[in-house]
Amino acid sequence: MQSQTIERHTLSLLVDNEPGVLARVIGLFSGRGYNIESLTVAEVNPAEHISRIIVVTSGTPMIIEQIKAQLDRLVPVHSVNDLTAEGPFVARELAMVKVVGKGETRVEALRIADVFRARPVDSTIESFVFEITGSGEKVDAFIDLMRPLGMTDVARTGSLAIARGR
Amino acid sequence: MTEERMNGAALIIRALQDQGVDTIFGYPGGAVLPIYDEIFKQNQLRHILARQEGGAVHSAEGYARSTGKVGVVLVTSGPGATNAVTGLTDALMDSIPIVCFTGQVPTHLIGNDAFQEADTTGITRPCTKHNYLIKSPDDVARVVHEAFQVATSGRPGPVVIDVPKDVQFGEGTYVPPTSVRHRSYNPQTEPSPGKVDEALSMLAAAKKPIFYVGGGVINAGPAASETLTKLVHATGYPCTQTLMGLGAFPGSDPLSLGMLGMHGMYEANLAMHQSDLIVCVGARFDDRVTGRLDAFAPNAKKIHIDIDPSSINKNVRVDLAIIGDCGIVLDQLLDGWKAKKLKADGAALADWWKSINTWRERKCLNYIQGKDIIKPQYALQRLQAHLDKDPREAFITTEVGQHQMWAAQYLKFEKPNRWMTSGGLGTMGYGLPAAIGVQIAHPDALVVDVSGEASFLMNMQEMSCAAQYKVPIKVFILNNEWMGMVRQWQELLHGGRYAESYTASLPDFVKLAECFGWTGLRATTPGELDDVIAKMIATDGPVIADICIAKDENCFPMIPSGAAHCDMLLGPSDENQSSVSSDGMVLV
Ligand SMILES: Cc1ncc(C[n+]2csc(CCOP(=O)(O)OP(=O)(O)O)c2C)c(N)n1
Ligand SMILES: [Mg+2]
Repeated sequence: MQSQTIERHTLSLLVDNEPGVLARVIGLFSGRGYNIESLTVAEVNPAEHISRIIVVTSGTPMIIEQIKAQLDRLVPVHSVNDLTAEGPFVARELAMVKVVGKGETRVEALRIADVFRARPVDSTIESFVFEITGSGEKVDAFIDLMRPLGMTDVARTGSLAIARGR
Repeated sequence: MTEERMNGAALIIRALQDQGVDTIFGYPGGAVLPIYDEIFKQNQLRHILARQEGGAVHSAEGYARSTGKVGVVLVTSGPGATNAVTGLTDALMDSIPIVCFTGQVPTHLIGNDAFQEADTTGITRPCTKHNYLIKSPDDVARVVHEAFQVATSGRPGPVVIDVPKDVQFGEGTYVPPTSVRHRSYNPQTEPSPGKVDEALSMLAAAKKPIFYVGGGVINAGPAASETLTKLVHATGYPCTQTLMGLGAFPGSDPLSLGMLGMHGMYEANLAMHQSDLIVCVGARFDDRVTGRLDAFAPNAKKIHIDIDPSSINKNVRVDLAIIGDCGIVLDQLLDGWKAKKLKADGAALADWWKSINTWRERKCLNYIQGKDIIKPQYALQRLQAHLDKDPREAFITTEVGQHQMWAAQYLKFEKPNRWMTSGGLGTMGYGLPAAIGVQIAHPDALVVDVSGEASFLMNMQEMSCAAQYKVPIKVFILNNEWMGMVRQWQELLHGGRYAESYTASLPDFVKLAECFGWTGLRATTPGELDDVIAKMIATDGPVIADICIAKDENCFPMIPSGAAHCDMLLGPSDENQSSVSSDGMVLV
C-alpha cells in the first residue's frame, strides 16, 4: 500500500520569464488542490529571460510525484528539481520586522537583534526595521521575541533554496 | 534572402498555409475582421462557417481526430472566445490537437473593459495545453509555428493564440516553420534504456495477462495500431479497449474483449479484475475504467506506457512505467518479443482463455427485441449491418448519454480514427458538429452521428452549417424522449424520482430536418427500421433519422459508481439487488 504520510518538499523550477508563467504555476496548484506553503520568484538569467521559482509544498509521496510531473508538463517550465529528494540543500528566508518603542524595550529589541544577527536597516527615535535572514525556524523565533517588544509589522519572503556542493 | 513583411493577419494566414492547413472552422466578429479579410483574398484555405463558436471547435475536433492533423479554429474576442471554452476543454481532456485563434481588443485597450473584451488567456489557461497573447506583429509567425509544435508533440492538446486587433493590422516579418522550435518544450518520445526489456520479461512470465489500450495508441498514428495488433497476435493475449481506444485494435478480432469500464463488457472487466499483468498502453486508469480503486485488479502487476509522465501513478501505482511515444515503444516491444524468441506460457494462457470464454458465455450484451418497440441495441446492430454492406468507409460520432454507451458496445470498430466521441468531458452536443468536421475531411465517407434527442438540441444550430456546405452527415437519433442516462441514474440512485430528466416539448424531428433543407425520416416499429436505415444511407444530403426507441431501457452492463469490477450489474434483474454505497453516491 502507498504511504499516506504528508511530506514537505522544496521544489526549484526554472521557467521562461514571460507573462502568465506564475499564473500557470499557481493555477496548477489551486486547480488540482495542491498546497503551496511558500513561493519565491525572481529572474535569475536576464539575458535569456529565465526565472527561478522556489515552491515549498506538501502532500503524500504520490501527490508530490504528481505535482512534479504536472509542473514539468507546463510548456514554459524548463526544469523541476526536488531539492528535498535530491540531497542536502540550504534554505533561507528573509524578513523585515518593524519594532516601535522607547526606553528599555527599545534597548532589549536591539540586544536580541544582535544575538540573532539581525541588522537594523532603518531607525528613527521611536522605531527600528530589522532585517533577518536564516532558516524559517530562526525567523519565526525572532518574530516571536519581537512581538512583545512593540513589533508592528513584518514582511517576509518564502523560502529560497539551493543544493549544497557542486 | 529578402525579408517578407506583411500585416499580422496576413502573417497568420501565411503561417497556416506553410503548416499545411487546408481548413479553418470559425465564426467572424469585429476583433478578427482583418483575418477574415485575408481569408477572403486567398483560395488555399477553406473556411467553414459554424453557427456557434462551440460548434466550430467540435467540428475542428472531428476533423483532427479523423485525420490525425491539427484542427484550426478562428473566433472573435469576448463572447466568441467564451463560447469556445467548452470545445477547448473537451479537446484538452481527450488530447486532441487544436490551434484556436481568438481576436482581442487592441493592445492599448486590454484591461479597460472594452467592448467584447474578455481575459481570454486567463479564462483559457486551465483548459488549454498552452496559450499565447501576441503583443507584436513580429511575434506572429513564430508563435503560430510554435503553437503547432506544442499542439502536436507529446500528449496533444488545444492551444489558444489571442491576437489583439492592432497586431492584426500592424506589419511584421515572416519566419518559416523550419526556423522555429520551442526553446524548452521537448517531450520524451524514446523510452529510457532497459525499460522495454523489463517489460518483455514481465510479458513472457505472465499467466493471466491483458492489454488495456486507450486513445494514446490512436494519437500515436495508425502505424501504432498496426504494431499493437501484431504484438497482441504474437503473444496471443487478450486486449481490451477504453472508450477512447475503440478502433486501436480491431473490434472483431477474436483476441479483443471489447470495451472495459463502467459500461464495458463483462469479460473485459472480469479479465482486468483477475489478471496478473495489465499492460496499459496510452490509457490513464481513469475512474470510469477502474471503478473502486482499492479493489482494482488486486493481483495484477501493471506496466504503463504513456507519453505523459503526469499520467503515471496518478490514480493507480504501477510496477513499470515506460515514458515514450506508444508507437515507438510498441515497435520495440514487438521487435524484442521476436528477437528474443519469447513465448507465452501456453498452458497458463489456455487456462486463462478458458476462464475468459466462460465469462464471454454470459453474453452480457444480450437483450430482448419484441415485436412492437424498437430496442436501441437492435437499432444499432441494424445500423452496423447496413454500414457493413456499404462500400464507403464509415465514421461514427456520438453525443453523450446512453446512446453513446450503446454505440460503443454494439457498433464495431476495426480501424483507428473512425470513432469520435467526447470521452473525458462528456460533452452533450459534441456529435453533430464533430460529424461535420469529419465529413469535411472525408467528403466521400459515410459519417453517422449516433445521437440522443436531448443532446441533439444542444448544438442543432449546426444543421445550418451542414446544409450550407452540403455535408451529407446522417444523424441517427435514438429518441427515448428522456435524458436517458440521467433517468437511469435517478432510477438506480434516487428512488425513481425523475427530476427534470424528461425531454418534454420535443420538436418533430422530421419537420425540423426539412426546414433546414435536410431529409427527415422516422422509424417507430422494428418493422420500419431497416427501410429507414437503408434510405438514410442512400440519401445524398444530410439526414435525420428519428428512431423512436423504448423509453425506459437502461444501459447494461454497468459497474455502479464506487463498486468494483467484479460487481457488475448485467441487466434489469440485477438492479433490485444493487445497493450503491454512500461513498459511491457522491461519485459522478
Ligand atoms: C453539456 C452537458 N450537460 C449535461 C450533461 C449531463 N448528461 C449526461 S447524459 C445526459 C442526458 C442525455 O440525453 P440524450 O441526449 O437524450 O441521451 P440518452 O441518454 O437518452 O441516450 C445528461 C443531461 C452532459 N453530459 N453534458
Ligand atoms: Mg434521450
